[in-house]
Amino acid sequence: MSNLFNIDIVNPEQSFLSKDNVFEVVIPAVEGEIGILKDHIPIISFLKPGIIRVFSESEEQNFYVEDGIVEFKDNTLSVLTSSIFDLKNADKNFVSESISSAEAELSKDNIDDQKRFLLNHKVEVLKSISIN
Amino acid sequence: MPSLDDLRKRITSVKSTQKITKAMKMVAAAKLRKAQENAEKGRPYSEKMNNVILNLSKSITDKENAPKLLVGTGEEKVHLCIVLTADRGLCGGFNTNIIKKAKSYFEKIISENKTLKIITVGSKGYDQLKRQYKSYIVENISFKESKNINYFDADKVGKIIIEKFEKNEFDVCAIFYNKFKNVITQIPQEQQIVPLNEDKDDKDDSNNDNDYEFEPDEDEILSNLLPKNISTQIFKAMLENSASEQGSRMTAMDNATRNAGELVDRLTIEYNRSRQAAITKELIEIISGAESL
Repeated sequence: MSNLFNIDIVNPEQSFLSKDNVFEVVIPAVEGEIGILKDHIPIISFLKPGIIRVFSESEEQNFYVEDGIVEFKDNTLSVLTSSIFDLKNADKNFVSESISSAEAELSKDNIDDQKRFLLNHKVEVLKSISIN
Repeated sequence: MPSLDDLRKRITSVKSTQKITKAMKMVAAAKLRKAQENAEKGRPYSEKMNNVILNLSKSITDKENAPKLLVGTGEEKVHLCIVLTADRGLCGGFNTNIIKKAKSYFEKIISENKTLKIITVGSKGYDQLKRQYKSYIVENISFKESKNINYFDADKVGKIIIEKFEKNEFDVCAIFYNKFKNVITQIPQEQQIVPLNEDKDDKDDSNNDNDYEFEPDEDEILSNLLPKNISTQIFKAMLENSASEQGSRMTAMDNATRNAGELVDRLTIEYNRSRQAAITKELIEIISGAESL
């Protein structure tokens, strides 16, 4: 019995990644990271800024996402996101720009706790990317 | 009877028009392929988004407390219409068809004594609507500067809609755009996006056993998802629209090129006839002049 399932990552412009040989995917869901294996029960959740790790037989891929929705059903994991990039070809300028814009946002007074939490988290993740 | 010189000028002018329409057709054909590709690439996203929302709304039992974007405000007094058109003309009936569709909807709203608000996206729609419906137009957006259709632009429109909804400025929102069927057929569409129209969901009642796990709960996911869905729908409409625009322009320019060709043929025959007539006339004059000597 194989323990592989499908993953589809789509953004509004195109299909970003489509694979049928992954055995584990770790997604940064809002309430904490979720590791998904084959035959996970159907789940819908949405993402916070973080890193999606896709483990397939041959390789491991890492993607940074800012937000999005995930749906797992019938052994297909669909990730809908409008902002995603592969960590391998991360653009340094873009990362540092995102950090500074998030920090600028943080310094405003009128943001609620949840937003502050998400922004802090985003800065953290982005900084960890820029160090590597 | 136009003189030979006039005819010659006409022929040259029609020929140069033909050159322009031919070039425009080629450009439209090249752009069409790209727009079509983009529209196809964008489809999975909106389809998946729809699926997720469908599954979510099925699992919501408490309709009373459901997010208002899904079920509506309970009233139908103020209608907001988003009319998506092109920024350029010379594309056959493309813009006119959308406007026509939108106008019949507007008339219905006005005759029912409801309030109408219009947002136009694309300058052609604004130009055509401002004559008759100037007082209803609340906003006019144009993306002339952005070369390609991108999600960022669609998101801007989506945010405007959400903002207006949160301020209770409208109850029902519909968008108008052309759906791309094939190169010669584009169908003007009217689609209601707020509240979400559940028209197709009765089909697959059989697989109601998908008991999803939600994290966090359904309500919170929905209230996050619905604003995104609006942007997605707008984006989808924009993609379909741009493919339709190019397709429509291609057919229109193809027709124009053919018509110009026919016109050139007719004018050339007329030119040759009158040239021949002039020669014959001169010959007769010479001969009769010689005979009278």
